[in-house]
Amino acid sequence: MTITEKILAKHARKNRVEPGDNVWVDVDILMTHDVCGPPTFGIFKKEFGEDARVWDREKLVVIPDHYVFTSDKYANRNIDVLRDFARDQNLPHFYDVGTERYKGVCHIALPEEGFTRPGEVLFGTDSHTCTAGAFGEFATGIGNTDAAFILGTGKLWVKVPETMQFVFEDELQPYVMAKDMILKIIGDIGVDGASYRTMEFAGAGVQALDMEGRMTLANMAIEAGGKNGVIEPDQVTFDYVDARTNHPYEPVFNDGGAKYHSVKVYKSKDLEPMLAKPHSPDAESTVWQMRDTKLNRAYIGSCTGGKITDFIAAAEIMKKQSVKIDTYVVPATTEIAHGLRTIKLHGETLQEIFENAGARIGPASCAACLGGPQDTFGRLNGAEICISTTNRNFPGRMGSKQSQVYLASPYTVAASAVKGKITDPRDLM
Amino acid sequence: MSETIRGKAFVLGENIDTDQIIPAEHLVYSLDDPSEKKYYGRFALSGVPVANSGLPDGGVAFTGENSYESQFAIIIGGRNFGCGSSREHAPAALQIAGARAVVAPSYARIFYRNAVDGGFLVPFETEEDLTKAIRTFDELEISREQSELCNLTSGKSHALKPLGDVADIVQAGGIFAYARQKGMMS
Ligand code: SF4
Repeated sequence: MTITEKILAKHARKNRVEPGDNVWVDVDILMTHDVCGPPTFGIFKKEFGEDARVWDREKLVVIPDHYVFTSDKYANRNIDVLRDFARDQNLPHFYDVGTERYKGVCHIALPEEGFTRPGEVLFGTDSHTCTAGAFGEFATGIGNTDAAFILGTGKLWVKVPETMQFVFEDELQPYVMAKDMILKIIGDIGVDGASYRTMEFAGAGVQALDMEGRMTLANMAIEAGGKNGVIEPDQVTFDYVDARTNHPYEPVFNDGGAKYHSVKVYKSKDLEPMLAKPHSPDAESTVWQMRDTKLNRAYIGSCTGGKITDFIAAAEIMKKQSVKIDTYVVPATTEIAHGLRTIKLHGETLQEIFENAGARIGPASCAACLGGPQDTFGRLNGAEICISTTNRNFPGRMGSKQSQVYLASPYTVAASAVKGKITDPRDLM
Repeated sequence: MSETIRGKAFVLGENIDTDQIIPAEHLVYSLDDPSEKKYYGRFALSGVPVANSGLPDGGVAFTGENSYESQFAIIIGGRNFGCGSSREHAPAALQIAGARAVVAPSYARIFYRNAVDGGFLVPFETEEDLTKAIRTFDELEISREQSELCNLTSGKSHALKPLGDVADIVQAGGIFAYARQKGMMS
């Protein structure tokens, strides 16, 4: 069996499962946020009763992150609903806005707080819950009804997916990042190329990535329609997890004879900086092919492109430079925001590098990654042409339907911000 | 859930994502409060670019200005219908607008699950892409029992794939009703 099949079999208390089987699995962690939490709690109360208790309060993690710094009254009310529920249920893992505990983007907050562990099953009411597959677990996004069902029962049905394996041989070239790997794959197989299936990332090129790079890969499995993304755990994984939690876990690995839907092999050394052109994550191009395309906005942030290593990469390029276009920097979490203030590159903090280059830095949250209310930091309110480290460029995703979004790595976005047009980061060095 | 679904067709293209089905700025209304819930009907499919809204001609609003309900009961989509975010507001918005079924060659799996488990509307899969064979405003009738879609306007019939494993959940009207029938919850 593959790693995904083995995790599902174990959580269904079976010796074996086959792709296509429908099984009921026990859930280790359920995550929800401010957009989907309130309706989930509403359904839970309707179905299980006003006084019902959640199945296991240690296993529920509630992280407001989407519409956090806005004056929109409905958005703020959603956060109040989370507060009431957390108080009623006496939830230990609620990361409330405006408190010391506030974290920011859920998919990065989960690993930081030690909730992503090898061999486990994690569901979340957000499609990028697949990010946690980077830790060698089964993680996928679900809707509010399914989440409410888990809240009451601790279980959910899953159809066992077939696994597509993507192997990267050898290490990446300088200025090529995990983001370029995943944009290449999505461009090759299309936005539904992995529908209903697992995307497993393997090979020396993947093992050479740190956990943040691996999270970038797993995060965008959903952009190819994948049910989950997964990477076999190794010492890099264990070191990260053990530094964050002492919760026990049992890692799971592929069997020798595991059967795959398909195996696709890439030579990392041939990989170049990649782009997804408007308006689809599979509108593949190399950066070089689109070089000099005019831009008027750059955005560095989100669960896929707003981690500390993403900002270190961007700062390497933006150091001692100034940006030619409006450039927004949004750390995914408060821990990363702290890193911006403390981590130095050649004597300057990352924050100083960005500010001296003329970029604007916003508070940790999803911010303009999904548009959001009109007053959201960095939102595209008109016909902007933006290059962004986020994961989706559907029409209107970052705000106005008139806007256009190019997806790229932090190196490429920073280089393009400095030049004011699409630029291959290798041309600046 | 009745065996026959009848109503007017609303035809869309491929890769209709959840931001097009219900743009993110509208996700703030309460689904429990009827005075707010109706806005999901008002803004259902409002993110679809005008030229692609109601094919082949486009320019057809799914829900008219000043209205909270759509005249269209059956949505015909291209492949990968419902891709993007996990928001259950997407199938909910279509149902609140009055839609009862979607017919497409393939779905993004979270949308498919949400439609079935929430009992919002029935997602039928087809072998062939029907977006060229059916026109917006055509009068359609779907028979679940026969896994068939009849276009009463053109007189043509099209096969639907059987619902398979999820038929029991669809029949029950959602995952909660199903679990109660199976004695998994009281
Ligand atoms: S940062 Fe963007 S993609 Fe990630 S959870 Fe927030 S809205 Fe979703």
